[in-house]
Amino acid sequence: MSDFPILSLVTFLPLVGALFILIIRGDEEVVARNSRNTALWTSLITFFLSLMLWIDFDRKTAAFQLVEKHPWIESFGINYHMGVDGISVLFVLLSTLLTPICILASWEAIKVRVREYMIAFLVLETLMVGMFCALDFVLFYIFFEGVLIPMFLIIGVWGGQRRVYAAFKFFLYTLTGSVLMLLAILAIYLQAGTTDLPTLLKYALPANIQYWLWLAFFASFAVKVPMWPVHTWLPDAHVEAPTAGSVILAGVLLKMGAYGFLRFSVPMLPVATDFFTPMVFGLSIIAVIYTSLVALVQLDMKKLIAYSSVAHMGFVTLGIFTLNQQGVTGAIYQMLSHGIVSAALFLCVGVIYDRMHTRDIERYGGLVERMPVYAFFFMVFMLASVGLPGTGGFVGEILVLVGLFQVSTWAATLAATGVILGAAYMLWLYRRVIFGKLTKDDLKSIMDMNRREVAVFTPLLVLTILMGVYPGPFLEIIEVSVANLVDQHKTAMIAINALSVAGQ
Amino acid sequence: MIYVLAIFLPLVGATIAGLFGPWLKDKGAQFVTCGAMLLSAIFSLIILNEVALRHEPQTIQMFSWIISGGFEVDWALRFDTLTAVMLVVVTVVSCAVHFYSIGYMHHDPSVPRFFAYLSLFTFFMLMLVTSNNFLQLFFGWEGVGLASYLLIGFWYEKPSANAAAIKAFLVNRVGDFGFALGILGVFLLYGSVDFDTVFNATPAKAAATMEFLGGEWHALTVLCLLLFVGAMGKSAQLGLHTWLPDAMEGPTPVSALIHAATMVTAGVFMVARLSPMFEFAPFALNVVCVVGASTAFFAATVGLCQNDIKRVIAYSTCSQLGYMFFACGVSAYAAGIFHLFTHAFFKALLFLGAGSVIHAMSSEQDMRNMGGIWRLIPLTYTMMWIGSLALAGLPFFAGFYSKDMILESAFAADSGVGTYAFWMGMIAAIMTAFYSWRLLFMTFHGEPRADEKTMAHVHESPKVMTIPLIVLAMGALFAGYAGYDAFVGDGMNAFWGKAILVLPTHTAIVDAHHVPLWVKVAPIVVGLIGIALAYYMYIARTDLPAKVAARFRKVYLFLYNKWYFDELYDRLFVRPAKYIGQGLWKEGDGTMIDGLGPDGITAVVRNLAGRVSQLQSGYVYHYAFAMLIGVAGLVTLYLYTQG
Repeated sequence: MSDFPILSLVTFLPLVGALFILIIRGDEEVVARNSRNTALWTSLITFFLSLMLWIDFDRKTAAFQLVEKHPWIESFGINYHMGVDGISVLFVLLSTLLTPICILASWEAIKVRVREYMIAFLVLETLMVGMFCALDFVLFYIFFEGVLIPMFLIIGVWGGQRRVYAAFKFFLYTLTGSVLMLLAILAIYLQAGTTDLPTLLKYALPANIQYWLWLAFFASFAVKVPMWPVHTWLPDAHVEAPTAGSVILAGVLLKMGAYGFLRFSVPMLPVATDFFTPMVFGLSIIAVIYTSLVALVQLDMKKLIAYSSVAHMGFVTLGIFTLNQQGVTGAIYQMLSHGIVSAALFLCVGVIYDRMHTRDIERYGGLVERMPVYAFFFMVFMLASVGLPGTGGFVGEILVLVGLFQVSTWAATLAATGVILGAAYMLWLYRRVIFGKLTKDDLKSIMDMNRREVAVFTPLLVLTILMGVYPGPFLEIIEVSVANLVDQHKTAMIAINALSVAGQ
Repeated sequence: MIYVLAIFLPLVGATIAGLFGPWLKDKGAQFVTCGAMLLSAIFSLIILNEVALRHEPQTIQMFSWIISGGFEVDWALRFDTLTAVMLVVVTVVSCAVHFYSIGYMHHDPSVPRFFAYLSLFTFFMLMLVTSNNFLQLFFGWEGVGLASYLLIGFWYEKPSANAAAIKAFLVNRVGDFGFALGILGVFLLYGSVDFDTVFNATPAKAAATMEFLGGEWHALTVLCLLLFVGAMGKSAQLGLHTWLPDAMEGPTPVSALIHAATMVTAGVFMVARLSPMFEFAPFALNVVCVVGASTAFFAATVGLCQNDIKRVIAYSTCSQLGYMFFACGVSAYAAGIFHLFTHAFFKALLFLGAGSVIHAMSSEQDMRNMGGIWRLIPLTYTMMWIGSLALAGLPFFAGFYSKDMILESAFAADSGVGTYAFWMGMIAAIMTAFYSWRLLFMTFHGEPRADEKTMAHVHESPKVMTIPLIVLAMGALFAGYAGYDAFVGDGMNAFWGKAILVLPTHTAIVDAHHVPLWVKVAPIVVGLIGIALAYYMYIARTDLPAKVAARFRKVYLFLYNKWYFDELYDRLFVRPAKYIGQGLWKEGDGTMIDGLGPDGITAVVRNLAGRVSQLQSGYVYHYAFAMLIGVAGLVTLYLYTQG
């Protein structure tokens, strides 16, 4: 079983599906129908296949597992090297879970160029999964940057009215970041002579160049997270993206930056990580408070949730840089639960957007009267976003705070104010959309969720509650790898401090 | 088994009624939830007997919740005397309220939803009182907050109900913010959030210090104060009380259950539960005492001037919670819990009685539009008398035993804060009696002030509503007498066992039995004075209240507007938050970040390229191009270095 290339299969199966869609022939309607079905089945099979990761994954080791390594560009010493550990494996599952959900959510919403749309999503899935599995820098870079192309197309082609502006912003921010990251990769390569990740993780880079490398990585990852003040592309991108685009963007793509920190910055650049931690804390706390306040006054539902995402990701970066067990575990858990909850919230917006074609909060009110089932689902996800105990959002948040409090009581106290503000803007949103009297005429005939929509939401709801009440199975997977990460960082710092003492 | 069932039956009821409400219809949902609640109440009485009277506390481990590094939290149910008392209070009152609601909510279009919420609330409350660690306490804590939010906003068409619901949730969140930081601090200090571990380690940590917000402080004081902020939020203590009166927007049975008998007492429960920590933080205890005493006084003054029947009772609740807190503050936790116990019965009785009045008066809540109805609804009238007598603490009613005990303990504490609390409590006692009888007189006596149509409708409530009233009245009559010995009398130590810790040096509750005679008699005397005053002003000289209000207009307005807390908070927090948010969005994100970043560059690019549309189509290619250049550069460099 160990030779079975499960990771490659999960990564490239969607691509195969995309090829199938490409060769579908017939009139437009037939193509659209067949594309939808092919995409759905491909992504579902991929998802069930990816569940094998859950079964096969050895929870007791921090080493990379299910490794596949083949020479790729031999003359350059670059390998096709795939593998997962406790930090990445759950993100693979998150990606494979959200893709079929996105395809189902686009079932009726997307009417033009259905074939291309489905292909874009399947390609996107390949790139996302590949990115989380890649263990070679070049491979990683290709996946990491490649992800943005289908995303870019999804916003640019199927987006809203201001998609030009949004796509431009998206482009400008990411390009700046990725150029710098490329330079950093080159520099590391020159220094260490390899792009193999497991090898690099054991390689101690000289302290003086760590700072520059760290900043270069930071430029790229901070944009993706996004951290304040490079977050302004996100609200626009979300607003213009079609529903499923927002779902993937919030659910998976936002995690790429934080994953980058965990995979590269922290383990490879311990000295710089230590040095820059206060800055990250500062920016993250600003993000939490600033964007929460901004969310409070939003008039557009998607923008509000987009800003709340920035605030939640602020918790994630705080957690990562606590560099202790609870903080880092909490950060990863927060990413997973945010991946599910924010995805669900964007889907919630999508449900009423499909019916009314507006995202203005003003235009709604009193929906509970016509849509009790919808109100129930929205309520659960709203509460999870607020971090109510018993939902997935709480576990991540409290672990981050537990970790953070040990490092800095100031940071923990300020971050915790975000919990109050978070409740304020979410409850306020919910009230204006769902509660109140149903007075607007065009809402009086609005229909409650149909069976397809319930099928989309139910797995997310179950996961949200499960992750809140019984997070054990998830934490178990994360535990050892995080412990290893934290220990290695400590060891590295001790070694470096000893060195600098000896040097004096 | 019954231990677990007692806790989870309400959840089962709530889930069934909530998810299958449309199929069960009203009757089915009522049957399921009320049945589950009744069983739960019976089981709770059995538990009280086993745990408290036969002294067999126990803990049931269920499964692990969060494990990360050393941070280990289990789902567990803890049953000791404190829990058992709370169980009985919660389930019995909840059961009465469930049955009462069958009648009260009779006309409502969404009965299953209402019962699902009520049962859900009860479940969270039971999780709260049975928690065995801080985090599960927090789970129940936020859970009851959620249920309270849902129930206050139950009539979602009403803007005022929605506003009140959000306010309740947010003000509680402010409290929970302190609570959460307290939990983090507990973990930092003890390396555990498990009650037993923490309590056992506390004596050793009595002198420990910890860093918090840049200063080095006495650790237990910091922790207890942070946790107490949570208690203040939930129990509506001065400063964080503003949500409670507004919460009266919810249906009256909700006010009785959540905002009188159970949820709002969670703060008192918490302080009692954490007595092993508070005992080693004398400063924190003093703060608890002063806050409690001040609230008792403050809320009573506001209660004097309110005209909404439910708001009067709400402020009275706030005030009585203050009594419970200052009892805890002088280490008389047992007296505080005793008052919690008796108060639950008579306050729920008062609320449900008020509900019965409102029901009879066709949803009228303003006492200025009532009057002259006591002959028409004699049973409700009697119930309100019993409740008021118990609240005013007249002899042999439930409140007499517990409230006197609190005042005597405060006196016996013989400390600065204790004396402050004693006198505040005394003044509040006069006012309590006054506003209670003001309520009775305005509501039931004098000339009818309602219109004829309403008056013609006035009718006694159906049996399903009056029987719960009678059950609660039994509690208001006998709970004090029956519980005195066990709660605060000779049987005290055996009864509480290890559930509450009081250091041997903190002797207030023991000394309370030996205070001078005048201290024992005074509460009765002031109660009678209050009643007499109310009689004089609202029966004998009905022109007086208006004259007094006109004469002392400033004072009257100050009290009528609840000391202007809402206005103050609106100016201090709500408006600035929105203003700053707007500013950060438009100026920060818009002008600063985007202006200097992407938009500024766009402008430059636009000048250069002139045509934006072309740029758009070029993005992907530009992007791919940039990537290719990157890869090419990588390869080149590689070759270069190799060569």
